[in-house]
Amino acid sequence: MSNLVEVPVNPEVVQDQFVVYKKPKTLTDKPLHYCPGCAHGVVHKLLMEVVDEMDIQDKIIGVAPVGCSVFAYDYMNIDMQEAAHGRACAVGTAIKRMMPDKFVFTYQGDGDLAAIGIAETIHAANRGENMLVVFINNAVYGMTSGQMAPTTLPDMVTTTTPFGRDVKTMGYPLRMSELLAQLPATYYITRQSVHNAVSVRKAKKALRQALEYQKEGKGFCMVEFVGNCPSNWRMTPLESQKFVEEKMTQYYVVGDVKVPGGK
Amino acid sequence: MAKSLGDIVINIEKCKGCELCIAACPMETIALSPKINQKGYHYAIKVQDNCTGCLNCELVCPEAIITVYRKIVK
Amino acid sequence: MGEIRLMKGNEALAEALIRVGCDGYFGYPITPQSEVIEYLSKEATNRTGMVVLQAESEVSSINMLYGAAGTGRRVVTTSSSPGISLMQEGISYIAGAELPCLVVNVMRGGPGLGTIQPSQSDYFQATKGGGHGDYHLIVLTPYNVQEMVDFVKLGFELSEKYRVPAMVLADGAMGQMMEKVELFDQIPRRTEFPEWATTGKPHDKERRIVTSLFIEPEVMEQVNLRLQAKYRQIEAEETRFQTMNLEDAEYVFTGFGLGSRIAMKAMELAREKGYKVGLIRPQTVYPFPYAIYRETAPKIKGILDIEMNSGQMVEDVRLAVGDKTRVEFYGRMGGMIADPESVLKHFEKVYLGVE
Ligand SMILES: Cc1ncc(C[n+]2csc(CCOP(=O)(O)OP(=O)(O)O)c2C)c(N)n1
Ligand code: SF4
Ligand code: SF4
Ligand code: SF4
Ligand SMILES: [Mg+2]
Repeated sequence: MSNLVEVPVNPEVVQDQFVVYKKPKTLTDKPLHYCPGCAHGVVHKLLMEVVDEMDIQDKIIGVAPVGCSVFAYDYMNIDMQEAAHGRACAVGTAIKRMMPDKFVFTYQGDGDLAAIGIAETIHAANRGENMLVVFINNAVYGMTSGQMAPTTLPDMVTTTTPFGRDVKTMGYPLRMSELLAQLPATYYITRQSVHNAVSVRKAKKALRQALEYQKEGKGFCMVEFVGNCPSNWRMTPLESQKFVEEKMTQYYVVGDVKVPGGK
Repeated sequence: MAKSLGDIVINIEKCKGCELCIAACPMETIALSPKINQKGYHYAIKVQDNCTGCLNCELVCPEAIITVYRKIVK
Repeated sequence: MGEIRLMKGNEALAEALIRVGCDGYFGYPITPQSEVIEYLSKEATNRTGMVVLQAESEVSSINMLYGAAGTGRRVVTTSSSPGISLMQEGISYIAGAELPCLVVNVMRGGPGLGTIQPSQSDYFQATKGGGHGDYHLIVLTPYNVQEMVDFVKLGFELSEKYRVPAMVLADGAMGQMMEKVELFDQIPRRTEFPEWATTGKPHDKERRIVTSLFIEPEVMEQVNLRLQAKYRQIEAEETRFQTMNLEDAEYVFTGFGLGSRIAMKAMELAREKGYKVGLIRPQTVYPFPYAIYRETAPKIKGILDIEMNSGQMVEDVRLAVGDKTRVEFYGRMGGMIADPESVLKHFEKVYLGVE
């Protein structure tokens, strides 16, 4: 059992030469404004780790959405644009078309990507825009305090579904990855989560893979993250991870949805 | 047999006490301090000297504030 | 002397977009300006490598414009009234993020789906805001096909000088009419881009952020103050208008774009009848040339403003002249176009008591 006395670092081990992980340099030092335990932070970190590892800080342009991650550009030390709510895929499309040799990604929540911006999302995908969409599906509108999203699970309680989402009148949760995978122009569509160490490792590989495909000019890639929103789910961070594992990933099955060559 | 000696350094002022690292650590190396940081969060601290440097805590930390060290000793 | 051609307004505008060295066009078809995207689709990419992208909607077009403008490229969208309405949120973002670009509105009659016939009823929308927040576009109003060409170039120059989006406020008649036009020579596309453009963070410099979000009210107010200072400077330095026959004028006909064209013809008819009528024709309606009206007002007996709407610019004319002279209005709406004879009759009736 652990006691609660802080154990000093071991100077034999805590030396620069033995570092096996430190914050990616492309992540700024600004403290994140996200709630404790929020998946946005993990995904920001992974994305910037990949940017560092591919050494593309000077070649990548990001598009921040309207949603909790509207300030993504405060944390990612790269050139970025902040798009109107839902329009990141249109903004990203144009950036890429203007500079085909640069890397472009959009970073979007589920309200942004699957509700107000679904047209921009589908059409960018359908044109096979050679960019990466990072999609954070936390089943609610986080920023505006937890209203129903298109991805809210059946019967899930939100501030606008106080009696649970009634699919008869409110529709069914949209599985955006499966939807986009049907389009011939999409290249790589995968759904990941970051609710434990194993999933985080896989998620990072997916991001890397998508950006490698972009480098090769393969076309539209999306990495969906089954995220969490402990604050609006009214859960502790640990409870929210459990909810991801037990409920969210039941409906939003984690894994590759579309891979090159078919699956 | 080679053995790996690990250690972690947490930037406690940026810790939000979410406990994800604690749940992720197979060695129960980490716990929340009874003390709070300037932001008012109980922060994560190393409470056992048994870290293997497996990286789990770092992977799940949303704040990217855990630096992990690993030294292989013969 | 540039190349002379006989061209339809929309096609001349499209040709000017290519020649001005545009990097990108994003648009969605709508009458009466679909020739622009058609012309560009055929001509542009082969000639200059310009990107021409048919978007899924005007919402998308304007947000593509935002993204592309944010990379420091010369970019444009064109549409007509309903499409421009749909763009307003995006235009506001572009104004807030201070991105130079060109938006062309070839106006048609409204409200609603309205009519595809020419109209000038988006004056308020173009000059008084349109979208949310305190902002302005630099608004140029062509009255012939030549200005459909010239204002493309001028629009980009002004927009880039101030980092304020510019609009060419044309109408269906300008878009559809055929006239002789002198084209400027091809300007090469840019190869260097402004400091603020998001082209990938330079190693030795701070990252660039294109945003209209300034969450701290103290900061947001400063941004607004800076924008307002630019607008004052634009008002002082970029107001453009044309006058005719003001020297001996007892009356002034006025209007913008199509309205000014009709006013000009009506002025000629009036002169033939011996009436001393002059003309004031704003070429920029934001900034509006208040001063020329103010200076002219005490010297004349009245102004007749002609617009293809219910009387929109006339509010600015009245604001300019106060009680220094009488201001009358003649308008047609819903796609109907005033004819110079009727304008003259109206003038004779209201000002000279001739029935
Ligand atoms: C045009 C427009 N409509 C509505 C809003 C308000 N709004 C801001 S964020 C948001 C929802 C964001 O939810 P999501 O995209 O899921 O992101 P999250 O915060 O959950 O990460 C809404 C409705 C807005 N900013 N703009
Ligand atoms: S509201 Fe939800 S999505 Fe937004 S920062 Fe908090 S936990 Fe994350
Ligand atoms: S590196 Fe592994 S063993 Fe060490 S504290 Fe982190 S999770 Fe625990
Ligand atoms: S995961 Fe990070 S933020 Fe959360 S308690 Fe551990 S160190 Fe603190
Ligand atoms: Mg959400």
